Order: sequence, then structure tokens, then C-alpha cells
Amino acid sequence: MGGTSSLYIMNMALMGMGIYALIAKRHIIKKIIGVVIMEYAINLFLILLGYKTDGIAPIQDSSINAAQLAVRAVDPLPQALVLTSIVIGLGTLALMAAQAIKLYEKYKTFDMSEINRLRG
Amino acid sequence: MNNIRELSKDESSGMTIIVKTISRLVLSFILLFGFYIILYGHITPGGGFAGGVILSISYVLLMLAFGSKVALAKLSNFWASMLDNLGALAFIVIGFLGLTGGYFMTNFIWHGHPGQLISAGIIPLCNIAIAIKVSAALYAIFIGLSIYGRIVTEEEK
Amino acid sequence: MNALFHVLMLFMLIGAAVAIETKNMLSSVIAAGAVGFGVSLMFLFLGAPDIAITQVIVEVLSLIILIRATTFADNRAIERKMDSFSTVTGLIFIGFLVMAAVWAFQDLTPFGEPLMRVSRRYLSGTAVETGAVNAVSGIILDYRAYDTLGEAIVLFTSILSAFVILRRRGKKDIEAEDTEEFGILEQEQL
Repeated sequence: MGGTSSLYIMNMALMGMGIYALIAKRHIIKKIIGVVIMEYAINLFLILLGYKTDGIAPIQDSSINAAQLAVRAVDPLPQALVLTSIVIGLGTLALMAAQAIKLYEKYKTFDMSEINRLRG
Repeated sequence: MNNIRELSKDESSGMTIIVKTISRLVLSFILLFGFYIILYGHITPGGGFAGGVILSISYVLLMLAFGSKVALAKLSNFWASMLDNLGALAFIVIGFLGLTGGYFMTNFIWHGHPGQLISAGIIPLCNIAIAIKVSAALYAIFIGLSIYGRIVTEEEK
Repeated sequence: MNALFHVLMLFMLIGAAVAIETKNMLSSVIAAGAVGFGVSLMFLFLGAPDIAITQVIVEVLSLIILIRATTFADNRAIERKMDSFSTVTGLIFIGFLVMAAVWAFQDLTPFGEPLMRVSRRYLSGTAVETGAVNAVSGIILDYRAYDTLGEAIVLFTSILSAFVILRRRGKKDIEAEDTEEFGILEQEQL
């Protein structure tokens, strides 16, 4: 277990909670919340991987030159990837909410097993 | 314009007078902050994605506080989807203009001095295009959720 | 700093547990929002102000959307017997996750010492090569702009499909009734 930190393990616990909510809960909104929590955990994990102890934000203001920035700043690459993924998460959340609303309209319930039973 | 003013004075739609007054005061500042975040995206934290969501939130606030009629009179469903398309198109066009500098998405404009507002070539332009795209898309989906997503109860049928 | 991270992380874990286990749907949604704000604080202290801003705002909007999806229905929790099959399935998948995590953690760098092979090049080159002072902006719109284009298209597609799903009736039915209700649907057909 080379690079394990307690923060990584707690992050995995958050991810596990999301998976549990997604699979074991019956309420559709709870399932959506599970997906959202998983998304938080993944985004946070990527940023945790790029953190440098006592690092500064990757912005080169006038007090610092490029060489110093490369030594002192945190990793900007995961930040750039996570930035877009957060906004896309909002888009997919809206898509899931739309589907949930449609399912409610058709079956008059949010209960997933009830919907499975009513389908036939 | 007159029409919007009358609609916003309509007591029956939207929330209470307290919410309306506060959001009237706050809305312009939210919009201004959104523009700041977009235009200074290459200098300070922020950028097209964050600023676009702020702009869309100002419209969502308009819709929640004053009711959907006022918000749709300001920016209709049609124009929201149109701006969504135009933003995406502008981003792609900027990318293709990069072909003049060699390859797709080249930063082909003069970069200027780092740290000034007008610098960094295509980055501010791309920020603006993305902000238009994101804000219009999220506002359009909120329109969709609040109008099309209305549950038709048995009595209404 | 490290203690702060642990406290925030603990707060998020508790928030997630409340969001998953509480009976009332509205408090569940709001607890999920609390987790999101915790994430954004975490981003801020981890040296990522860009995504901290984005996360706060996105959290506000996603709370509005989730509350919108929750409140129109009757808000009673689904009264239920314990469904042992799905619980066991969930636990099995968490077991898979733990196995994958143990396998993956062996290759990770320790917390606080990132690898940063490409990033060092990006950081030292951003101001000169792209003109942007903010390295994150420089990466998403110059070095990796093609990636951003793909992400914009994903957003576009998800919004489009949400519209397709939400549309209740065809155009002809809309023409037949309630065109005047919001005054926008006629405009859409022009």
C-alpha cells in the first residue's frame, strides 16, 4: 500500500456510499443522489491526487515567475479536466431529473420496484 | 419592454413581494459578476463554464421570483436554444479559424502581454462562446423542466 | 491543513449518510447539497479556486433542479420492507470497489506529492505560449481545447435528449391546444 493516505480511503468510502445508494435504494431520486455523490467523490479524488503540500493555486501573478510557479503550484491538469466534468454533471443531472419526472407521470410513483411490477 | 414591466408587477404570478424586491436588487449584480468571471477568465479564477452557469442562474432567479411569463418575455425558449446552438457554433468556428495558424484550435491571434485584459489570443473569445453556450443551455433546460415537465393531474385532464 | 481536510471529509461522509438514509425526500436532497458545498470548500483549500467557484454555482442550480423534481410529487417516503437482495448486491459491488481500490492504491503517489510530468511543462509554458496567466484556462482552451470541444458537445447532447424526453405531445397537438398559454410555442414553430 505505497501511497495510501487516510484521505484517499475516506474518499473511497464516499464513493462506496454512492454505489450503495444507486443499487440498494428504491426511490428514483435517491438513486440520482447516489450518482451525484459518486460524481463528487471522483472529482474530489482527481483533485486530491494533484495536491502538493503547501501548494499555491496555478495562477502566475506578478510576484512569481514561471520557473517558481512550476515548482510551487498544485497540478493544474486534473483541475482542467474536472472543471468541464462538473458542468457536464449538471447536464446529466438535468437529464436524469427529466427521466424521473416522465416516469412519475406515467406510473404515478417514484418506487423503482413498483415501476418494475407495473410495467407489464 | 412595457409589457415586461406590467407582467413583473402582476401580483398573482411568482413569489411574494419580498422575494420580488430583493431579486430586483440582486439580479443586476449577479449578471455583472457573471460577466466579470467570464471576461477575466484568463487572468483570475473563473472562465466560460463558471460564468455561464452564473448567467443562467440569474435567469433562473428571474423565473422563480417573477414567474415564467416574465422570464420568457425577456428571453424566450426559441432564443435560448438558438443561443445554445450559436455558442457551440462560434466555438467550432474559432477552432477552424485556427487552421490558418497551422492546425485545429491553434491560438492564432497575437498573445499580448500576459496579465492584461486583452491578451491570450483566442482564450477570451472561446470563454465568451462557451459562456453563451452553457448559460443558454442550462436556462433552456430549466424552461423545459418547469413548463414541459408540469405534471398533468387527473382534474386538469 | 491536513486536519482541516479530514474534518471536511468527515462532514461530507456524514452528509452523504444522511442524504442516503433519511426518510424525507426534501431533507435528503438538501443533505446532498451540503455534501456538494463541502466538496467546493475542499476544492478551495486544495488550491483549485477555479473549480471551487464552478462547484458552488453548479451546486445551487442542481439543488434547484432536484427540488423541482422532488416537490411536485407526494413527498412521502416509500414505506418498505427491507429488500435484502438489493442490499446484498450493493454490498457486493462495494466489495468490488474495495478490491479495485486496494489494487490501485499501490501505484499511487503519496498525498501531497503529485507526479506532474506534463503539468510542469504546462505551468512553466502557459504565460509565454498561450498568454494566459491562469494555467487552468490556458490548458482547457489552448493546450487541450479539442477536449473542451468534446465536453461542450456532450453537454449539448444531454440537454437535447432532456428536451426530447420532456416533450409531452407532438407539434400538431400543441397547435391544436394551449398555444396561447405561454406565448412561446407559436414562436418556436416559426
